[in-house]
Amino acid sequence: MALALMVLIWVITLTSTYFFVAKTWWLPVGAAEAAHFIDGQLALTFVLMGIVFLAAQLSLGYIVWRYQQKPSSPPVLYSHGNTKLEIIWTVLTTILFVGLNLMGGPVWASQRWDAAGAGAVQVEVTGMQFAWYFRYPGPDGKYGATSPKLMDPSAGGEAAVGLNTSDPAAKDDVVTGTMYLPVDREVDVSLRAVDVIHAFFVPSLRFKQDAVPGLNIHMHFKPTAIGEYEIACAELCGLGHYKMHGMVHVVSQEDFDKWLAAREAEKQ
Amino acid sequence: MATPVAIHAHAAPQGFVRKYIFSLDHKVIGIQYFFLALTAVWVGMFLSLLMRIHLYWPNAVLPLVGEIKPETYLSLLTMHGTIMVFFVLTTAPQGGFGNYFLPIQIGAPDMAFPVLNMLSFWTTFVAFVTILAAFFVTGGAPLHGWTGYAPLSALPSAGPGEQLGADLWITSIAIFCVASLMGALNFITTTLDLRAKGMTLMRMPLTVWSWFITAILGLLAFGVLLSAGILLLMDRNLGTSFYVPLVVVNGQIMGHKGGSPLLWQHLFWFFGHPEVYIAILPGMGVTSQVLSTFSRKPIFGYKAMVYAMLAIGFFGFMVWGHHMFMSGMSPYSAFAFSILTMCIGVPSAIKTFNWLGTMWKGHIRFQTPMLYAIGFVSLFVSGGLSGPFLAQPVLDIQLHDTYFVVGHFHLIMGVAAIFGMFAATYYWFPKMFGRMMNETWGRVHFFITLAGTYAIFMPMHYLGIAGGTRRYSQYTEVAYLQKLMPIHQFMTYAAIITIAAQFIFVINLFWSMFKGPKASDNPWEGTTLEWTTATPPPHDNFGGRTPVVNHGPYEYGVPGAPRDYVMQTDPATTAAH
Repeated sequence: MALALMVLIWVITLTSTYFFVAKTWWLPVGAAEAAHFIDGQLALTFVLMGIVFLAAQLSLGYIVWRYQQKPSSPPVLYSHGNTKLEIIWTVLTTILFVGLNLMGGPVWASQRWDAAGAGAVQVEVTGMQFAWYFRYPGPDGKYGATSPKLMDPSAGGEAAVGLNTSDPAAKDDVVTGTMYLPVDREVDVSLRAVDVIHAFFVPSLRFKQDAVPGLNIHMHFKPTAIGEYEIACAELCGLGHYKMHGMVHVVSQEDFDKWLAAREAEKQ
Repeated sequence: MATPVAIHAHAAPQGFVRKYIFSLDHKVIGIQYFFLALTAVWVGMFLSLLMRIHLYWPNAVLPLVGEIKPETYLSLLTMHGTIMVFFVLTTAPQGGFGNYFLPIQIGAPDMAFPVLNMLSFWTTFVAFVTILAAFFVTGGAPLHGWTGYAPLSALPSAGPGEQLGADLWITSIAIFCVASLMGALNFITTTLDLRAKGMTLMRMPLTVWSWFITAILGLLAFGVLLSAGILLLMDRNLGTSFYVPLVVVNGQIMGHKGGSPLLWQHLFWFFGHPEVYIAILPGMGVTSQVLSTFSRKPIFGYKAMVYAMLAIGFFGFMVWGHHMFMSGMSPYSAFAFSILTMCIGVPSAIKTFNWLGTMWKGHIRFQTPMLYAIGFVSLFVSGGLSGPFLAQPVLDIQLHDTYFVVGHFHLIMGVAAIFGMFAATYYWFPKMFGRMMNETWGRVHFFITLAGTYAIFMPMHYLGIAGGTRRYSQYTEVAYLQKLMPIHQFMTYAAIITIAAQFIFVINLFWSMFKGPKASDNPWEGTTLEWTTATPPPHDNFGGRTPVVNHGPYEYGVPGAPRDYVMQTDPATTAAH
């Protein structure tokens, strides 16, 4: 019994660890500036927690096997504990846990406390059941007014986000169903939702943020590799949650300018 | 210490209804809670089986159930989560075993308020019937998840199931909150007022400490959820706007303005995080009790265990924001919540260390309760260590709302807590029903369940790291998710096997209830008060005696003692403590 239990605990532990070490399923290749740090922090956390995991599970398995009751067992150790060991263990885990946490602070701060830089590309992301829309303010750099009264999701595009076309600032606004971004430039996203909460999640760009009705949330990130990346909604938003999918095309600055100019031309 | 026993004593009931249905006896009420939770866990488990089948074969048409549409899948996960969290994880460990054994373990004849106790059970029962009713109304059960985030949960037009089904869901939770508040008051009063002579706080078994602390958490948390639920009902039915700003659903402007979706999340998680500890603390208590008994050794660091549970309870109320790092909450507060969350890992680590220390140099006996307690420690470690990942806001950018989270909370709050319940069932069954459960089948059940639950929930971590989003009814619409299907398929096989193995448990349970060998008064050679009385205990628990406590709860292997254990009621001269 004791042996079987030890073997089972060890097999579970080592099998689980194998897939983490082999990275059979792992993060998608990072394509944004934050990926370097986030991936590193994740790997570091895995190493540290992995050591604790292995130490705890392997010793659990060993202890249950080693101290099974036998006729030949020596008397049990009559002990109510060891205060010194408790204190050492407590201090060590506190340092480990809190220290690990503090390490993540700076990146969190730069992403979420600081505003985007002045030259950032402006994109407004709007989530609704069950689609994403992306709005670019155009050459004037200003988003035109939108109104809930004008929203018509069935019409798609400008009508879906309720763009008020009589507003001069709205004249050059471009609304699309696919997100285009220039590579190596900071993006200042402004996140909105019209009906329920959605979450804009782009695994390859290491970006996730809820889009909340009533809030306009500003976030920024910097794509660093040309490519096409999938958006998956990451907040339960209704029956079509599983297919609230979108694409981000990260292209060169030149291609981005061409693409935006073509969209502007279509509007005229 | 006052012992107002006479005030609370009530005569043994006559007649079937007073004895078994509307009983005032905490032992009967405990068994009622146990069977309510057992029913609920089969419902919840059946729903999860349907989900797992749908994830593997999205287009399958199942006998009786029919086709599982995306909205059906979301209803299944909503009801699975709600039923499991409230009617299993909150009900069995506290309402079931706590009700039955807290009074006996402190030497009391019953709970402080027997009528309130009966009322809290039957109120829970009404809540359970109410939530089941949601399956059968027009539109079906709600699809907003067990967390019920507004505005989705607040707008009847936001999806199927969000009409009457959602109202029943909230009503059921509100009723459940009332029942839990009554239960919590009773547990706290009983622990403080009805302890036998000599049962000082620091001589209470760790099970009693865990139920006591759980009751305090319940008292503080359920009131908040009750208020939050009432506000949500008002938003849905009375046109208020607590949680809903101006929103446009499918081109229609809803009549709300100015509300805050984040308010619901704050209120919900202010309850929701302590709820995790409400589910797991009794499991910690039982594990400590069983590990010490079956290692024939005193618990390692009794005081540290008590302080760790108090610390977990205390910090448990200050970390709710770690569920909301991606919610649009201030990123400054995320930092504070994350530090506090890391702090709560420390008492959890202390407990694990002490459990290993308890077994160290002991005489381990491998009966089924012990196997489950060992399983609890293993699962607690595995589920706990993914906590420091999720507590870091930077890592939540990738992991939040993925299967990594699902794997984390299922291992720790789901499976570990359920292993605590299994340990409790196999351990206390002889006292409750007067017969022993079958050991061989208990072991078979344990080995399949331990391997099976790891096979279901460990791969969820890989899925989550690869970006596998949760609450997706199928993985067919997103290219990168399609590549993760083999993990889902493996988990479905593991789930089918593990669920099948649970039949071994129920058959063993019911068979042993009637056919098992008769149990002695103290089959495990335990030390706490329930083992000093008859099996099953008489109506007033101690047959007219009032126990006097002379020892701490875990005096095993005492040098110089006549046996390898000293019971709490043994004469003071026997040995130390």
